[in-house]
Amino acid sequence: MADDTTGARVPTVIADDLHIVYRVNGARTGRGSATAALSRILKRGEERGVRTVHAVRGVSFVAYRGEAIGLIGSNGSGKSTLLRAIAGLLPAERGKVYTDGQPSLLGVNAALMNDLTGERNIILGGLAMGMSREEIKARYQEIVDFSGINEKGDFITLPMRTYSSGMAARLRFSIAAAKDHDVLMIDEALATGDRSFQKRSEARIRELRKHAGTVFLVSHNNKSIRDTCDRVLWLERGELRMDGPTDEVLREYEKFTGK
Amino acid sequence: MSETTHDGTVAVGAPASPDEGLPAAELAAKYGLSVSGARPSLGAYVRQLWGRRHFILAFSQAKLTAQYSKAKLGQLWQVATPLLNAAVYFFIFGLLLGARRGIPSDVYVPFLVTGVFVFTFTQSSVLAGVRAISGNLGLVRALHFPRASLPISFALQQLQQLLFSMIVLVVIMVAFRSYPDLSWLLVVPALALQVVFNTGLALIFARMGSKTPDLAQLMPFVLRTWMYASGVMFSIPAMLADKNVPSWLADVLQWNPAAIYMDLVRFALIDGYGSSYLPPHVWAFALGWAVLAGVVGFVYFWKAEERYGRG
Repeated sequence: MADDTTGARVPTVIADDLHIVYRVNGARTGRGSATAALSRILKRGEERGVRTVHAVRGVSFVAYRGEAIGLIGSNGSGKSTLLRAIAGLLPAERGKVYTDGQPSLLGVNAALMNDLTGERNIILGGLAMGMSREEIKARYQEIVDFSGINEKGDFITLPMRTYSSGMAARLRFSIAAAKDHDVLMIDEALATGDRSFQKRSEARIRELRKHAGTVFLVSHNNKSIRDTCDRVLWLERGELRMDGPTDEVLREYEKFTGK
Repeated sequence: MSETTHDGTVAVGAPASPDEGLPAAELAAKYGLSVSGARPSLGAYVRQLWGRRHFILAFSQAKLTAQYSKAKLGQLWQVATPLLNAAVYFFIFGLLLGARRGIPSDVYVPFLVTGVFVFTFTQSSVLAGVRAISGNLGLVRALHFPRASLPISFALQQLQQLLFSMIVLVVIMVAFRSYPDLSWLLVVPALALQVVFNTGLALIFARMGSKTPDLAQLMPFVLRTWMYASGVMFSIPAMLADKNVPSWLADVLQWNPAAIYMDLVRFALIDGYGSSYLPPHVWAFALGWAVLAGVVGFVYFWKAEERYGRG
């Protein structure tokens, strides 16, 4: 990390003994018959028929301004959950996350509707991310051009369900990347679209990084972690297994995954 | 989740700094960091919502358009659906069951159709409210916005749906010789109060539905019961007239919010439906229900703001 004046480092995200627990209805253990369900309902207890998944267990770290932090770990190790908790989107069971400003996840998929035209989705997605109508208007052409949707005809005025999966992914990324963020979190967003679009999106992420104070990147691609991050958090089973400079952690991680 | 129980063992793999060993809470305070995902104050929450008004409106319009975008007739269904609905109720209640008792026949059709449309407005707002959070967890877990945007947006979607139904209603009114006059303007305050009432209900059920998604299965039955008890297809006083019940009972039944808003719109639009059909203090009750549901709903929903999305 290029941090010449030790001590002048400003924290932007502090996770303090963070625990995240999901509650899942309808995935009960035990017998599935109606009488069993009824008896569970009648039985007094605080968690009737609810299974809990302890996704993040006591993670603590401090992220500083100017850092790009990679999050690695096998599937289901709690990386995406941790990101959502930092963004304040998932309530913590115990512990706290302190942040400077509003961290945002790069991604707008959930706000878009397949039955609407690309045009309306750009406006809807922009508004969902908290942009104003004027900002969206100003960036509209930029988003369309970046996505390259209109390279093969006037697709932006067609409903999104008519797009190929690659086209839809490109449009989603273009909308999501149209906004600048203080603390930016990217969840495996790099691998969308064809080769030329991947290059463009990597360049855009570098640009976003420059404007953002702190960047978190979740990825299974060790190369993109090496290229973009200077610090890595390694999560395994919801616990922080290692936290340190990229090379060090990746070396251990590759040993662990048997590569 | 208390603020003081954690001693804050901060594991930093980076070089030491003067802040090393400082508990997390103090470190956060020193650099002015705030707790992520904490609930804002009521005033700040209202301001945030106001800031998102364009999103709320765009989201409701998008939902409305998306609804019929695959149908061949497209947006024509916005008008055709309420019309068919009214036709079914007329066939069953007007012709088969003869529920028109006490109402002149040229008043009954507009009476029934108005009732169906106005009640459907409340009904679908509640049903949409139940699923507003639980059915949009993906959105809640991906983006930041005051969560009340969702139920409010769904209530607005239903309002826009109702405005389409009003086109049908005007045609039916004229067909049954209730012509536009000044009293039609009373529809505006009546519906405005109903919107507030519906939004309040949607907020209440959005919070309950986010904790207990089973409500989505239960509510249709509750709402249907409410519909039959509210005099959608019959006049409450006329129905009770020949039964041996005290007159205050009719008043109480008519003071239920659904009946109040239906009666007000009927009173405004239908020439043969005069003030004699209305319970006493009807506007006061319309206002009271709106304020009660609106305020209680908003505060109740806001109280759990930081917990939505846990699922």
